[in-house]
Amino acid sequence: MGEAIAFYVISALILGFAVLVITTRNTVHSVLFLVLNFLAVAALYVLLTAQFLAVIQILVYAGGIVVLYLFVVMLVNLKRPPEVHADPHRRSSLGFSLSVLVLAELAAIVVYGRLTPAPVAATAEGTDLAVNNVERIGYLLYTDYLIPFEVASMLLLVAMIGAIVLAKREL
Amino acid sequence: MITPTHYMVLSAALFMIGVIGVMVRRNIIVIFMSIELILNAVNINLVAFSYQLQNGIGQVFAIFVIAVAAAEAAVGLGIILAFYRNKETINIDEMSVMRW
Repeated sequence: MGEAIAFYVISALILGFAVLVITTRNTVHSVLFLVLNFLAVAALYVLLTAQFLAVIQILVYAGGIVVLYLFVVMLVNLKRPPEVHADPHRRSSLGFSLSVLVLAELAAIVVYGRLTPAPVAATAEGTDLAVNNVERIGYLLYTDYLIPFEVASMLLLVAMIGAIVLAKREL
Repeated sequence: MITPTHYMVLSAALFMIGVIGVMVRRNIIVIFMSIELILNAVNINLVAFSYQLQNGIGQVFAIFVIAVAAAEAAVGLGIILAFYRNKETINIDEMSVMRW
């Protein structure tokens, strides 16, 4: 019962802030609504007993990526909002209606599909993955998924070098 | 009773909000933020199934998705800055030529 209330409240926050991200005219307000969206998703991860991922979400997404976006918004330093001069060939209504159709199709597949997932076992609260979450995830990252872990670190190094080269004033 | 179906519907709705943002908005920074919403929707799906099957692989995959999203955001914002230095716009309708 408490889990259902928490789920509906958190998912209302997630979807509400996401809609506000894509509809706000002011770019800085958009970024701030994105931060609130990420915090709500972190709360959802705590509800799903993925505590390590919730903290990683707050540290990396809300604490790193959003700061990057805010820096770029400040550096771009708009004098006029970019949506003032509308391209006459753009038809936003077509994109919007297609997206709504695809959402209705996805929802129909999920709700009326033949493969309905089994409900969660009643003893899912005290399982090993829920209680020792960091230990289990750390064990998996260092044994079964060591190669993707190292490749991800190389990817981050390359991305960092690339971002520095792209943003430098003179090469 | 919250089944994984609820989480899949939430993930699909967040995914489509991100897709609407990518297709409708002209500000390229908002388009990049909508891509982050799409990646978050995928993560919610992965973690929901990790919870249902009590297998840590879903959360490990979500960690890698977050790492790739961080790398992509850094490089994408670098591209926006480099583009803005040449042509003073962030309206994608004006970013239509490869060389001028």
